[in-house]
Amino acid sequence: MRPALLVLPLAAFILVTFVAPLAVMLGRSLYDPLVADALPETLRLLRQWDGERTPSEPVFETMAGELLKARRERTLGRIATRVNRVQAGLRSALLKSVRKLRSAPRPDSWREAMIAVDPKWAEARTWHAIRRAGERFTLRHYLHALDLDQAPGGGIVRQPPDLRIYLPLLQRTLAVSLGITLLCLLLGYPIAYLIANAPPRRANLLLLLVLVPFWTSLLVRTTSWIVLLQTQGVINDLLAAVGLIAEDQRISMIYNMTGTVVAMTHVLLPFMVLPLYSVMRTIPPLYMSAAASLGASFLQAFRRVYWPQTLPGVAAGSLLVFILAIGYFITPALVGGQSGQLISNMVAYHMQQSLNWGLAAALGGVLLGGVFLLYLVFNRLVGVDRMRLG
Amino acid sequence: MSGNSWGRVGRLGYLAYCSAVFLFLTAPILVIVPLSFNVEPYFTFTEGMLSLDPQAYSLRWYRTVAEDPEWLRALANSLVIGFAATALATALGTLAALGLANPAMPGRSLAMSLLISPMVTPVIISAAGMFFFYSDLGLAQTYPGLILAHTALGTPFVVITVTATLSGFDPNLTRAAASLGAGPVRTFRRVQLPLIAPGVISGALFAFATSFDEVVTVLFIGGLDQRTIPRQMWSGIREQISPAILAVATLLIAFALLLMLVVEWLRRRGSAKPN
Repeated sequence: MRPALLVLPLAAFILVTFVAPLAVMLGRSLYDPLVADALPETLRLLRQWDGERTPSEPVFETMAGELLKARRERTLGRIATRVNRVQAGLRSALLKSVRKLRSAPRPDSWREAMIAVDPKWAEARTWHAIRRAGERFTLRHYLHALDLDQAPGGGIVRQPPDLRIYLPLLQRTLAVSLGITLLCLLLGYPIAYLIANAPPRRANLLLLLVLVPFWTSLLVRTTSWIVLLQTQGVINDLLAAVGLIAEDQRISMIYNMTGTVVAMTHVLLPFMVLPLYSVMRTIPPLYMSAAASLGASFLQAFRRVYWPQTLPGVAAGSLLVFILAIGYFITPALVGGQSGQLISNMVAYHMQQSLNWGLAAALGGVLLGGVFLLYLVFNRLVGVDRMRLG
Repeated sequence: MSGNSWGRVGRLGYLAYCSAVFLFLTAPILVIVPLSFNVEPYFTFTEGMLSLDPQAYSLRWYRTVAEDPEWLRALANSLVIGFAATALATALGTLAALGLANPAMPGRSLAMSLLISPMVTPVIISAAGMFFFYSDLGLAQTYPGLILAHTALGTPFVVITVTATLSGFDPNLTRAAASLGAGPVRTFRRVQLPLIAPGVISGALFAFATSFDEVVTVLFIGGLDQRTIPRQMWSGIREQISPAILAVATLLIAFALLLMLVVEWLRRRGSAKPN
């Protein structure tokens, strides 16, 4: 039992400081009590509503009372925003109605009065939206994150093509990550081979060159790529100076997808080279010589003898780079411009700017699910306990 | 490896390709260091710099940084948070690695997966979760909050490096110490610790480097008072890049190189010792 006691403090620490926050976030993506708590009676009455005609007077009267109460408790703005996310346009309908009803004397019919302020109150889909916003446990954030929507009848439909944002972004993130992984393999494999087969002293030196970007601050490297790639930057200056491009034809290499790909490849390349190198180091060079002496050309020997032996390194490096790439945030945020944003940046946007935390949590949940699956594959193929640093 | 001309051309091409990749890896450093000494507020090489005119170089951006209270405060914050998080991460991580290295440890690979998870989870997700959870606990915008967050992100590095060192460790040594009458604490201090010290120090340096370069949790759960150096650089890059950033970047590069050399030296010492 003793070894478990040694592991326990850290396991407890990670559970509290790291796993619990993730659980809270996932909870937020599924649980949203704000509207349900503010309009309990209205929602109870709406449960008996037939779902087609405009609800009857008691529903309107109850809701007016609960909305006025929410206004006094200063939660009305947040409620209106929540309802508006289910159906655009309802925020202003809600706020306008409350403002009018508050200043006017008590009407004979709340139903007539509210419809007079905004005809949306006569439509059934408005009430469907209120009912959905009032779901305490809800999948709507996940539907939203996958560009799906719930039809009034209850079925699930895809958003119209011009409103699809998140699936295309997810596809882009996967495609970019895959591209970066291939690029890292293409750049990393040859140099890993070089280092693995160099004499020890030179190998150590070359390995340091790979480790330099690994240790250098991410923000420093990003700054540096801005300096190198911007239109008045070092590379454009160089190209213009040697006459390869005209002064007015400077290339935009940053604040777009190019910037994201270049900077991320640079950041992730060491994570490809190091696992490759540690596998290649164990392959005796004699195998290649033997293949050559048996008459294989270099390409044949490489394809049939060397490459298959490096596959564990290729798998480890590629999975690692891919896992790190799909969750990347800092580099795209700083050098990606509009076109170079990835799914993480959308999570940050909904966390910090639109303040749609439920959606941010659901997007985070989707991303976390993907990473978790890849992590399982990685663990199966490579084993986390065989992971080495440097 | 035949002596024909195709083989030689291929080999030269291969070496040229590798050189280009190494250039790509080191280019950012090769560019930023000289530019930080630019006397002009430009981000590109001036004529004077290229002709190595001493007048074209200066320390003015370093002076700007050294006299700016915001950067100094950021440095202090980074050091306080970094040291506290490193101390916690190293203690917890080393302890856990000692347990994990024991063959009698139940559920070893599951425990390892849990302890490594902060390293593999996208930081944006960890930071978003911490924002919700730490706000509820009143830890958002406080030093303890950031220290806990950075500790969580740093422990996997300690666990990995110490576990790696321990894998070359002969368990008979602890048994021998115990049979000679040493208690568990004494065995750890006199037998295990000296042997795993290189791994512990490497892990600590990794944890410190992680905290020292972490910006996402600072963005989400740090307040104005907790601005660290990476946070300061973040706003510098987003708003208006001043050449002062290049001076800070150069200092950070020097610091990173130092950390790297120490870790490499420890690693070679550590791997040369056992067996």
